[in-house]
Amino acid sequence: MISLTDVTKRFPHSSQPAVDRLSLEIEAGKVVCLVGPSGCGKTTTLKMINRLIEPTSGSIVVNGAEILRQDPVKLRRDIGYVIQSVGLMPHRTIEQNIETVPRLVGWDQARIRKRVDELVSIFDLDRDLLPRYPAELSGGQRQRVGVARALAVDPPVMLMDEPFGAVDPIVRERLQDEFLEIQSSLKKTIVFVTHDIDEAIKMSDRIVILNQGGKIEQHAPPEEILRSPANEFVMQFVGAERGLKRLSLVSVSDIGVEEGPVVSPSASADEAKRVIDEFGFGWTSVVDDGQLLGWVDEEMLHDAAGVDEVKARKFAAFVTPDSSLRKALDSVVSSRTQVAVVLGDGQNYLGILTLEHISKEIIH
Amino acid sequence: MILAQGEPLLEWDWIVRHSSQIFERFLQHAELTAIAVGIGLLISFPVAVFAYRHRWLIGPVTWFTGLLYTIPSLALFAFLVPYTGLSTTTAEIGLVSYTLLILIRNIVAGLDGVPADTREAAIGMGYTKRQLLWKVELPLALPVMVAGIRIASVTTIGLVTVTALIGQGGLGYFILLGLRRFFSTPIIAGTILSVAFAMTVDAALLIGQRALTPWVRRKSPGLAS
Ligand SMILES: Nc1ncnc2c1ncn2[C@@H]1O[C@H](COP(=O)(O)OP(=O)(O)OP(=O)(O)O)[C@@H](O)[C@H]1O
Ligand SMILES: [Mg+2]
Repeated sequence: MISLTDVTKRFPHSSQPAVDRLSLEIEAGKVVCLVGPSGCGKTTTLKMINRLIEPTSGSIVVNGAEILRQDPVKLRRDIGYVIQSVGLMPHRTIEQNIETVPRLVGWDQARIRKRVDELVSIFDLDRDLLPRYPAELSGGQRQRVGVARALAVDPPVMLMDEPFGAVDPIVRERLQDEFLEIQSSLKKTIVFVTHDIDEAIKMSDRIVILNQGGKIEQHAPPEEILRSPANEFVMQFVGAERGLKRLSLVSVSDIGVEEGPVVSPSASADEAKRVIDEFGFGWTSVVDDGQLLGWVDEEMLHDAAGVDEVKARKFAAFVTPDSSLRKALDSVVSSRTQVAVVLGDGQNYLGILTLEHISKEIIH
Repeated sequence: MILAQGEPLLEWDWIVRHSSQIFERFLQHAELTAIAVGIGLLISFPVAVFAYRHRWLIGPVTWFTGLLYTIPSLALFAFLVPYTGLSTTTAEIGLVSYTLLILIRNIVAGLDGVPADTREAAIGMGYTKRQLLWKVELPLALPVMVAGIRIASVTTIGLVTVTALIGQGGLGYFILLGLRRFFSTPIIAGTILSVAFAMTVDAALLIGQRALTPWVRRKSPGLAS
């Protein structure tokens, strides 16, 4: 979809090239994050793809054609672009801003109106914002409009330069989630620049870690980067918490569950006590024909002859096989029972995850 | 002072008797001003846009128009008369010359004030150079440009009175008349009307600019003239 071969950019009056012989293949329908320290050439690389900056040498192919042989205006209209500082037009209302590219490419009024309505609902924008000017919006709202504007003509390729950089962490997380959800149905080819490794881990199918001069230190899926950093630089960049970070990329089903202490409601109290002792958690799950009813401990069973005589207590939280280990860990440390209970469809008991089991994955 | 003894400062009689002549002179004043500012804009606009794109030109252009601006108006008209006579042309050459510095400087400043990220986003979305100029840069430069047009207009309205010396002058005609006859009424009438005209034009341009730039709220950051 996008391929860069030996791309070099040398700005006038600078001794070192900003980007030095960068080669990179970007697959269609994937999100690729360029991450790296400030000044490593992320923005420069991005801008070369839509010809805002002309490479000094090398070749860039977008949609099967060398970009230097494409009309730059046409090329740019086919590529959604979100710049580092949002860059909404201060003299245009929000609605007019969103309509920018559709107008440039000559859509008729009806089609533009329909598309604006779509974007408003996709991005959950308040319709009251439409007649306002950008100065009258909050930073988060502006960034959302910036992304909506870039998506207006539904371009197959999007270039996004720190699109969520200027907002607080809570809003940023919401914008990221929103964007991931939109991307899961739109399947755009996205080059996403950030200097936040966590954002890269969350957003991308593949991460490209760049060093000064656009040197690729590692190009791999996020999970692989966290599991086996290619070198010291990547290790440093990813940070000391890479084990913890990786937990959000590994799902419960990837590591499997443990059986855990289980009794059926028809079991006797003695049998339940035996199971409790055997596992040493001080409690056991009560499962009836695959359905989780809750848990009981020795104290509750004190005066009972059978498990069905006491009311099993509900687990505070569950995870599913699709949940991340991060969520499972959260569930473990925040529950009184010190485990995460894993349920399948319809309260179907699958097993438990313990701290021990999860931490094996961290150490790996 | 030039006043004749015992006469009132302002003789309403005279004004009433000359009202149609005053109106004619006012129209001439407006016409001289409009033509001067209009031609000034026609020249300044392309020059400013060109200089804005080729920045090295800004220095020489400012120097040259600044030089024109410093020539005393009387001297300029005196110099032109042998070539173009006591004509509208002579008046306009002078008047236009004085608008250029202000107009060019403000147009360039207005364009310079367009936020870089707005410009970059526009190019990145596929604006052609021409679309960028007309749909992004000019609208955003408008408040500063209009500030320039206001100064140029007010300056020109004042200067038009001087052209009375070369047989033009609009309302300046009355000022000169009064000076020659030691008669205060036409001087006062001409001056007041000229000042009122300048203030009206200034206010009208400001109102027009506000209407055209609804995104500029009261204090517009970065758009000082
Ligand atoms: N127009 C320019 N002229 C000269 N040098 C430039 C220009 N633009 C960028 N550079 C230089 O190129 C290098 C890479 O810049 P670039 O903007 O690509 O960095 P970045 O990775 O996007 O950084 P950040 O995370 O801070 O946005 C820097 O050293 C920068 O100073
Ligand atoms: Mg950057």
